[in-house]
Amino acid sequence: MRLAIVLAGVSFALNATARLYPSFKARLREKKFVAQISTRDSAKGRYFKFGDGRVVSKAGTHPKPDMEITFRTAELGFKLLTPPFNHGDFVNAMKNFNMEMSGPDDITLFFTNTISLMQTIRWKSGTKMPNGETRFVNNTNGGPLFVYVKDGKIVRMTPLDLDESDASSWEVKAQGKTFSPERKTTISPHGLASKSLVYSSKRLMYPMKRVDFDPNGERNPQNRGISGYERISWDEALDIVSGEIKRMKREHGHGAILCSHSSHHTWGNIGYYLSSMHRFMNAIGHTKMALNPDSWEGWYWGAMHHYGHSMRNGAAETYTRLEDCFENCEMMVFWASDPETTSGSYAAFEATRRRMWAKELGIKMVHIDPYNNHTANFLGGKWIPVIPGTSPALAHAIAYVWMTEGLYDMDYVRDRTTGFAAFEAYILGTEDGVPKSPEWQAEETGVDAATVRALAREWGSKRTYLSAGGKGTTFGGANRSSTGTQWARAMVCLMAMQGLGKPGINFGNLQYCTPVDLNFYFPAYAEGGFSGDLEGTASAVQNYQRMPHLPSVNTVGQKIPRLRIPEALMDGETHGYPTNPKSIEGQFARFGYPAPGHSKVHMMYKYGGSHFGTTMESNRLAKAYRSPGLEFVVNQSIWNEGEAPFADVILPACTNFERDDIGEWAAAGGYSHHNQGQLNHRVIAMQHKCIEPLGESKSDFQIFLDLAKRLGLSAYFAEGKTELEWCQMQFLSSDLPKKISWSEFLKKGYYVVPHANEQQVPETSYKWYAEGKKKNVPEPHPLPAEYGESYLEGLQTQSGKIEFEASSLKRFDDPGRPPVNKYIPSWEGRQTTDLYAKYPLQLISPHPRYSFHTKADGKDSYLCDIEEHRVLVDGHYYWTARINRQDAEMRGIKKHDLIKLYNDRGAVVCAAIITDRIMPGVIHSYESSAEYKPIGIPGESVDIGGCVNVLTSKRHQTEKTSASAPNACLIQVEKWDFSSEIGSSAQENAS
Amino acid sequence: MNKWNLIIDIDKCHNCANCFIAAKDEYVGNEFSGYSAPQPLHGHAWIRIDEYERGTYPAVQTSFVPKMCNHCDDAPCKKVGGDAVQKRADGIVIIDPVKAKGREDIAKSCPYGAIFWNDELQIPQHWTFDAHLLDQGWKEPRCAQVCPTGAITALKTTDQDMETRVVADDLRPINRNLQTKPRVYYKNLDSIEKCFIAGRVIYQKNNMSECFENADISLKNKEGEIVSSTQSDVYGDFRFNGLDPESGEYEIVIDAKSSGVKSVKTVLGESLHLGTISLD
Repeated sequence: MRLAIVLAGVSFALNATARLYPSFKARLREKKFVAQISTRDSAKGRYFKFGDGRVVSKAGTHPKPDMEITFRTAELGFKLLTPPFNHGDFVNAMKNFNMEMSGPDDITLFFTNTISLMQTIRWKSGTKMPNGETRFVNNTNGGPLFVYVKDGKIVRMTPLDLDESDASSWEVKAQGKTFSPERKTTISPHGLASKSLVYSSKRLMYPMKRVDFDPNGERNPQNRGISGYERISWDEALDIVSGEIKRMKREHGHGAILCSHSSHHTWGNIGYYLSSMHRFMNAIGHTKMALNPDSWEGWYWGAMHHYGHSMRNGAAETYTRLEDCFENCEMMVFWASDPETTSGSYAAFEATRRRMWAKELGIKMVHIDPYNNHTANFLGGKWIPVIPGTSPALAHAIAYVWMTEGLYDMDYVRDRTTGFAAFEAYILGTEDGVPKSPEWQAEETGVDAATVRALAREWGSKRTYLSAGGKGTTFGGANRSSTGTQWARAMVCLMAMQGLGKPGINFGNLQYCTPVDLNFYFPAYAEGGFSGDLEGTASAVQNYQRMPHLPSVNTVGQKIPRLRIPEALMDGETHGYPTNPKSIEGQFARFGYPAPGHSKVHMMYKYGGSHFGTTMESNRLAKAYRSPGLEFVVNQSIWNEGEAPFADVILPACTNFERDDIGEWAAAGGYSHHNQGQLNHRVIAMQHKCIEPLGESKSDFQIFLDLAKRLGLSAYFAEGKTELEWCQMQFLSSDLPKKISWSEFLKKGYYVVPHANEQQVPETSYKWYAEGKKKNVPEPHPLPAEYGESYLEGLQTQSGKIEFEASSLKRFDDPGRPPVNKYIPSWEGRQTTDLYAKYPLQLISPHPRYSFHTKADGKDSYLCDIEEHRVLVDGHYYWTARINRQDAEMRGIKKHDLIKLYNDRGAVVCAAIITDRIMPGVIHSYESSAEYKPIGIPGESVDIGGCVNVLTSKRHQTEKTSASAPNACLIQVEKWDFSSEIGSSAQENAS
Repeated sequence: MNKWNLIIDIDKCHNCANCFIAAKDEYVGNEFSGYSAPQPLHGHAWIRIDEYERGTYPAVQTSFVPKMCNHCDDAPCKKVGGDAVQKRADGIVIIDPVKAKGREDIAKSCPYGAIFWNDELQIPQHWTFDAHLLDQGWKEPRCAQVCPTGAITALKTTDQDMETRVVADDLRPINRNLQTKPRVYYKNLDSIEKCFIAGRVIYQKNNMSECFENADISLKNKEGEIVSSTQSDVYGDFRFNGLDPESGEYEIVIDAKSSGVKSVKTVLGESLHLGTISLD
């Protein structure tokens, strides 16, 4: 009886909503069908006739309903249909088959969305401004934004000025001064340029098909990257893609579909690749692209073996406190570290002022980098240029000075480390007869012995923060070189000698150090949004328990290393080593492609940004696209760039400004747990749909849902919820409801988490370790089994201590990674004399300054007009490359001349920037160009797009890793003669 | 009467380009009637950042200087433009997007290159200090709001107060000899207008090369007068700042106490690094 009343109420509510909202009334006219809700024995039920702007419903059962929802019992039906709705009850009912839905997906989806629209149609977003604009909020890889919209058009985007309704800002007292951040958020250039990305002329506005691709006839894979495109309808595009998914499974079987995707597409927990894409791809089953830890390589494959932190990919703890630095630290050594360029990935310029304060307090700065980078130039201090790939030799010589002059913490080494004797034997040369002295390293590194001694003595006598890599705790160009594992290992060994965790002695550069409240929970993007992917995301850590949703599992065990996709497609076999952060040893488990009994890949579903700019020796990828065995390629992209013109079908996605999403600034989670420790204010943003999707573009969620409909998977994919409702689910799963109502949050668009008070802030990183206490920093790793003898005691290593001689590497035979870190010269550098004679310049390609991955580069964006980023020459915006003045003069190269960077692997044309900031013999050009524009046959001609990774080697750092090494790269440079040929024009003329 | 001024600290600019982008974001695709017509997507830089690299490897210092319409009190564009150019009571100069149609002479009149010609609309255009936003109650123009280092600050104050600040903080307009009374002031202009001589001192100790710290180093001009003195740091590095470019011959005298005295001569054109000077 109660169910009957509730069901009658449903039809009443539908019609009442239609009377209030004309758009809802219009929706009730869209589809003509009969929906029926009943109990399993059909004893009780009601049916609803849709189709003429109002719903007519009757008690009882219909002889031929178009769709049906069946509950096991009337009691359950009553419980599920009575507000307030509990999605967990729905999920449990579905899992136990106590509730079932049948009927065609387009009708069931329409029905469930209509039901929920009764509630969501009342929701209000944004703040009305006096001038008629509406102020929305959104979030980007580079910080949150206010988005001002008028007449359906974005007027402007600005960082957030915080007001009195927002939480107060922290204050830290040190050195008799009080430090407090400005009451606003900062923004990275790639975030601030967002309007130009939305209204970019490179936007894909409708689905397209390659003109010579016929799914039922000639496919012409050899013309990928060459042929043009024609517009097709969404129906045709979705039919082709869903048809190919079915055909792959039918004709080729398990593993035939490869999903290749970018890592940092657009911000937002629901739209992130780890969310919508994972859920869909898991639902169809796919060969997984195995990610290598691009930015962490040396730390993951190297440093980890000495001190653990596998769950951070080998990065150090991130809890150093501002007070510790300002009260105790006397010197900061930036080594391969340019935080003013890399911004801690997502943290804009939040830490910039803090480093300015450090300078004002007189903390000395040293910068070790082949390039006088932006941090070095901005903060000043001693610049020590080092030949690329040789930093570990410099580090060993520093250790040598400390050992021979007694400038290290002997008590710490005795009590808190193991294996020092073996390390000492190597450094002092008692083992091999070669002392690793300052003189020994000078020829390798280009740093004279006197400078090394001066640095070592300063460092050995001053309390020093080592800013290793841009984050201070990880990353750095030196870790993405052939010697990357050696460098990161050396950084841990040096800190162990100085007493890591003692006052003023730590990893860091003030990137992480603020007293934001890290105990306030909001899901980070790595928690996978609504993917329910317990294996492929960090969902299991927290959000799966907090947000009721169905799990998803990729049933295909086959995977391909990202950097070996070309070999997999062209040669049909390859292998790799995994990014498995559970343990130190996880990385040792070699895997092969094809997996036993699996189909090779015959279809690629490409999602997000282009890999040409980020894949070593990337001309391979262009060639691989033309493999005959690759029968179908679909590319889902916002902009027509990079890999999109290599697809058979292109699906146009919209930006995060054209769809609903939710996300916290800089909250990465996963490998970067508590990444918000970089921020001055934690900002959780409702990422409003500010405008309607441009053209025919759709949200990624909607595209996957439309495909899911064609595969009978729509109910499973979306669980009857829209993107906006999933935003609410994320909200409800967090600590936000204790502080702000959903309606207020949705309207205002953001919430600033109040900062922690003194007692709530974690102790500084490694203090616990230095003092021999139990671990007390708030990170949920290492995993319990990873502790040696007692939970929370010691590090993750076998001894629980920092190991100069790594136990884990003793059991694994990789010639490039002996248990004691040793200097092994680069396999592509000044020491490889034959190649160096031919290609006498070293290319370094750090993470870019203005763009982020491929985000905001190209696309006709505002960044095109920034001369450090791209330079307009003869109508084309060329990527820039920095060359030392002497090297330029030798080659007759002048400012903004078009120069060809080349080696045997390829050639890229860049605009020259001539500078003394780069050391002689080194070329500096950022990686991750979004554009790839070969001017002849793709993969076999000069690229004018700016993908300098066509020049870098696919070789891994060491034999038994999948570590990329783009900063070990020899090239030659000359003025471009406008030919499309790879190689020296002089050679061509001679031949 | 309070008027708008912009103060730019060159030593705080690290070329993030946010001011440039903000001026794109605000004006590209937007018309603010009575203030400005849309800025073209490419080609115009209503706020631009000029780069000045000084020195030679490895002693190199790069400064970045944001430049934009100076909103001069004695504006050449106003003289040329007449009615089409308005000088507001709050100091802001507005080139009327309607009245200035076809007036390429206004664009050409700016000695700072801060007025851009819009070929499509046939109008001269400049950065309006975001006057349309200030008039709606915004506290500062967008370039100041997006600046992460505080290099750009906007100040609405009296000319009298501004004069005091000019003296106190050594604020100067970008190109003094133009005499147009700009309302955009720069701090630390020496960073681009002056030069330095850098060098490094090493010596032999126990048969090892070492950096010489705390050497007394003096800089003498052509007349043999000491114009500046300093000490080498722990790396043996020293630097004399604030020298005039093309100022000719100098002698650098290094007094390394018991390790001896050494002198090096140079001719200063632009900033330079003398290289490593060995006391042996």
